[in-house]
Amino acid sequence: MSDQLLQLLFAGLTLGSIYALIALALVTTFNLTGVLNLAQGEFVAIGALLAISIYAAGLPMAAAFILAVFLVAMLGGLLERTAIHTARQASGLTLIIITIGLAISLRGLALLVWGTETYSLPAFSGGGPLFIRGAAVTPQSLWVFGLVAVTLAVLYFFFEHTYWGKAVKASMVNRTAARLVGINPNTVSLLAFITSGALGAAAGIFIAPITMTTYDMGFMLGVKGFVAAVIGGLGNVGGAVLGGLLLGILESYSAGLISSGSKDAIAIIILLAVLLMRPGGLIGAIGQRKV
Amino acid sequence: MWGKNKKYFWLAAALGFLAIPLIVKSNYIISTLIVIGLYAILVQGLGILMGYAGQVSFGHAAFFGLGAYAVAILTTHYSWPTIPALGAAVLLPGMVAAVIGRPTLKLQELYLALATLGFGILVHIAFTEGGEMTGGPSGLSGIPYLSVGGLVFDSDVKFFYLVWILLFLLLAGMNNLVRSRVGRALRAISESEYAAENAGIDTVGLKLQSFVFSALLAGLAGGLYAFYITFISPSPFSFHASVQFVLMAVVGGLGTLTGPLLGAALVVALGEVLRWAVPLVIPGAGGEYQIIFFGLILVILMVLQPGGLGALGKLLGTPAKRLPGKGADTRLLESQGG
Repeated sequence: MSDQLLQLLFAGLTLGSIYALIALALVTTFNLTGVLNLAQGEFVAIGALLAISIYAAGLPMAAAFILAVFLVAMLGGLLERTAIHTARQASGLTLIIITIGLAISLRGLALLVWGTETYSLPAFSGGGPLFIRGAAVTPQSLWVFGLVAVTLAVLYFFFEHTYWGKAVKASMVNRTAARLVGINPNTVSLLAFITSGALGAAAGIFIAPITMTTYDMGFMLGVKGFVAAVIGGLGNVGGAVLGGLLLGILESYSAGLISSGSKDAIAIIILLAVLLMRPGGLIGAIGQRKV
Repeated sequence: MWGKNKKYFWLAAALGFLAIPLIVKSNYIISTLIVIGLYAILVQGLGILMGYAGQVSFGHAAFFGLGAYAVAILTTHYSWPTIPALGAAVLLPGMVAAVIGRPTLKLQELYLALATLGFGILVHIAFTEGGEMTGGPSGLSGIPYLSVGGLVFDSDVKFFYLVWILLFLLLAGMNNLVRSRVGRALRAISESEYAAENAGIDTVGLKLQSFVFSALLAGLAGGLYAFYITFISPSPFSFHASVQFVLMAVVGGLGTLTGPLLGAALVVALGEVLRWAVPLVIPGAGGEYQIIFFGLILVILMVLQPGGLGALGKLLGTPAKRLPGKGADTRLLESQGG
């Protein structure tokens, strides 16, 4: 029995790492631009599908990874320039409707290109699973854990320990003051979307060997990433990772011990519970309100 | 002059519209008009919530579905008469909205959008996983026709009259509502919540009432939908449907009374056109491709013209208003003048 519990914990941590990555991208964009990008999940799906197609065309895995990440990063930048930047004066309400519209269009586009089939990618490295006290951890899970750790470290270092990181954070607090010291908030917004595109695509490619990749997987992944971000408090980078892991573990245990149909419902129930009881998130707090 | 004549203009337009089944004998057109009417009832409520109270809901397909499932479950499993079942279809979503709305509406608009999105997904999962009670993914069939006294709504034409007369009555009632103290207070909230609060308006209470009202109308539309189709499954009540409802509200123009009706008509018509036009351009394409276009239209509208086609409504004399954040100063002048 304890073997099974440990196995579910590892499965949950892998799942949770994926949610954490999406949450990290969401939180970064939200912190820098004030836009909650509900198309983040589509970046994940399109990144994975692109890498799979490029790899299938004969390019090596590393090239497929770099090319797919680059293309989705450009896609993120393109969407920012065409939709978000043009509507930057609009309310948060308008912006959220815009990102939902983008998500739907991207999903439609993915359907057009890849159809309804299921795709998969071989694992990054060979070798059998690692056994820890009778429970298996696949090498691909280790890759995912590694990506989360690296992403978190890079984001943390950039925002807390570099001049540009601090400057960019400042531009969110006060746009006029940021301009006065030479930071252009429009550039920050563009870079935030390029980064979140790249991050989303990387997450999608890392999980492609684990989950079945379909054109419509982005929606639920986006929602889960967003639940993870809300658990952590939308403004909090560390909270997003903890929220993602917590959600992954809870889902894994509920799917393993209750029923697999309960998995998605668990995430939503947590979302509603957190929103209703602690809208500032379980970990962080967000204080900004618009008049 | 126009102010007085306007009433008669609308009355004539409504009566003219109700004459359609006398002239048009196509079942396809009548049934499309019924669907437009049902959606318009729902979007009228969503329009109040979005255009007047300044809140967005991405979960209205859930209220629509709760209404439809209430009718389906009560009439098939419990053999309820149709009118009480329809009453339950209206009340159930309203009660649910009151329960979830009270805590969420105290939050920022962003969180309401998110909470309703989550709620919509949860209810959709409940429909799909509901076992025998909801019929699971395959749904419930054998819903009886709606009957009032001896009148049984068993044909498209009868149902057309039921839906559109209800809709016109609703429009007349809402015309009075938005001109009342409550309507002006709602508009003040969508301008600036803090200003409204400082002016002594109970913002949370009014937003909650709009939310519950919009859920009641969604439930009514859902209940009627179940009686019209006589079979329901979870698919019309997914997140996609919620987005379509928001699209209808936005396309038609927020803050106008004709907007939701116009939006429902345009989106349904567009869906029908895309259904046959898309496979001509992209061979082998299924109906799901229309969702790309819906998404794109939503984005383009929100970017370029957040007021939707409200300008058209303004031409016809209804106060037009954009989403909060744009054109607030002109609106202030308008409301002072009116």
